[in-house]
Amino acid sequence: MNDVHKEKGTNKSLSLFFKSSFIVSAVIIVISSILLYFTFTFDIVPPILNRGIQPATFPKALLILIIALTLLTYFISLKNPWKNEKKLPNSFYITLLSFVVFIIVSKFLDFFLGIALLSIIVSYFWGERRVTYLIMVSIIFPLIVFVFFETILGLRFPPGIITNLYYG
Amino acid sequence: MENLGLIFAPLFSYKLLIVLFFGTIFGLILGVLPGLGPTTGGALILPFTMTLDPLSAIVLLTAIYCAGTYGGAITAILINTPGTPAAAATCLDGYPLAQKGEAGRALGMATVSSVIGGIASVVVLIFFAPLLANLAYEFGQPEYFALAIFGLTMLASIGEGSPIKNLIAGAFGILISTVGKDFMTSIDRFTFGINELTEGIGFIPVVVGLFAISEMLTQSTLINQIFNRVALKAVKLPSIDDYKKTWKTIIRSSGIGSFIGVLPAEGGTVASLIGYAEAKRWSKKPEDFGKGSIEGIAGAEAANNAATGGAMVPTLALGIPGSATTAVILTGLIIHGVRPGPDLFREQPEFLYGIFGSMLIANILFFVLGFFGAKIFARITLVPNKLLWPMIFAVSVCGTYSLNQSIIDVWLMLLFGVIGFFMRRYGFSVVPVIIGLILGELVEGTLRQSLVIFDGNWLMFLQRPIALTFFVLSLIALSFPLIKRKKKNDKV
Repeated sequence: MNDVHKEKGTNKSLSLFFKSSFIVSAVIIVISSILLYFTFTFDIVPPILNRGIQPATFPKALLILIIALTLLTYFISLKNPWKNEKKLPNSFYITLLSFVVFIIVSKFLDFFLGIALLSIIVSYFWGERRVTYLIMVSIIFPLIVFVFFETILGLRFPPGIITNLYYG
Repeated sequence: MENLGLIFAPLFSYKLLIVLFFGTIFGLILGVLPGLGPTTGGALILPFTMTLDPLSAIVLLTAIYCAGTYGGAITAILINTPGTPAAAATCLDGYPLAQKGEAGRALGMATVSSVIGGIASVVVLIFFAPLLANLAYEFGQPEYFALAIFGLTMLASIGEGSPIKNLIAGAFGILISTVGKDFMTSIDRFTFGINELTEGIGFIPVVVGLFAISEMLTQSTLINQIFNRVALKAVKLPSIDDYKKTWKTIIRSSGIGSFIGVLPAEGGTVASLIGYAEAKRWSKKPEDFGKGSIEGIAGAEAANNAATGGAMVPTLALGIPGSATTAVILTGLIIHGVRPGPDLFREQPEFLYGIFGSMLIANILFFVLGFFGAKIFARITLVPNKLLWPMIFAVSVCGTYSLNQSIIDVWLMLLFGVIGFFMRRYGFSVVPVIIGLILGELVEGTLRQSLVIFDGNWLMFLQRPIALTFFVLSLIALSFPLIKRKKKNDKV
């Protein structure tokens, strides 16, 4: 019991604005408020064509509900503080960065190249150093998936420097 | 009842038997791999099912569901890490028993109790789903609205984690369903001038993102995790003495699992925890629980597999998913153009009874494959994450792109992956988002149509007895966590 009190005491000594519960609640409320603002820009249906409620009413109600529930969660969290999460390791940020690399490469260069690059980055930074395995995971496996989707599912991948070579 | 004979139809279709066989193997592999499981695996396989006819596609998904739920027990017992969340309670006694050198006995009991629970739940499904579907004939738009609200509140109160956070997640899921052209007036909502968004956000990018990509990000934080593996010689059938000790527990947990599964909630995970707790409560030796009790394994495993059939009841009869995996199966039904509900029972009984029969066969198949192949499946956990997850990424990206051949879908998948990761990190379950997304159109559509019927008078909802019952049940469901907390506080 003493430990619990100690833990709560530690959390109370933290600045209110740096508690994860505050940051998470603030992010949800800010995003919901921005979306709520957008609902006021939706077209309004003339009463004669309107069926039940305006198209903006339902999303507005949902966003207000989300904001109200988030505030409630925050006030509850003042009584029962959320545990402070551990710092995220570098491998997480590298994986996240590899998503950005994938988006840029797949948009401007090639879809297949994007997958290959992401695979090699993730695999390498997660600890794989064997070249054979890196080639397998970044080239051979995506190639199998690519050919499978292309031939069996009849999928046409977006054009790119490597994909164009395949399609001739 | 005249359609019962159709249950055996899959036995005479070599195509369905092949689909079942591969679905069961795939389900076992997914169940064994921590972080994957039948929900994520089902989401990954969804785009591939487009090459199959609707029945084969759903049979494949249900086989993955049944086998994957059982597969989670293998890793729970051998490496103390549940392959699926539903197997978390199995770790409590499975791993200690395995550490005592009885891994084969623990897996044998898990296999037998899973099969009994699974088959019992399919029997519940066969008899209960048509009854529920018949009841649904009485439902109009207001009743469906009230039912959807009840489904969401049940999910919030019974599901894992904070009920308020579950409600926020559910509301977020419904909000995603409002993106695109309004289906009643064709007015754009949240499209931000992006043409691809006028058709709305598809199920696949959200499902794959929230389950597979967010899990990939979670795994990126766990790359230094080390598993302590217990050696397995062979799976052993439980002895007569084991059966004597556990038969009551298996029957009780099968009943609990089927009942919990029918409720629109988190299915197997909740069922196994309650099944385990009840097994302990009724046991003559509750002090053995947590130290390798065979009853503990039976209680948890019978319950989580019993939830599979139970969760299919509201999914097929009402179109309200009973668990996370059935939400994926429901997505599969929708993308194949099959609308669950009473009409499905009347118009396509061969389709439904084909699913029922396939679930029975899947339970028998995973018994055989699990019994003789558990040792091989356990070796799959040796595939390192640094190789596995890049491969899953490639499949996720191609699968998501394949449905509409849209790069925007792939970006949305990544976005929802990141959202899903942070949701999980801060205690929000991603399951209510999926269920909210699936039910979103139903909630909004039935609300607006009801208001048209009622001429804008909201109080008219209270004059419909069935709708009123669901609203009262929703209130009870919402107050349930408060009562639980008060009881806990009183105890302290």
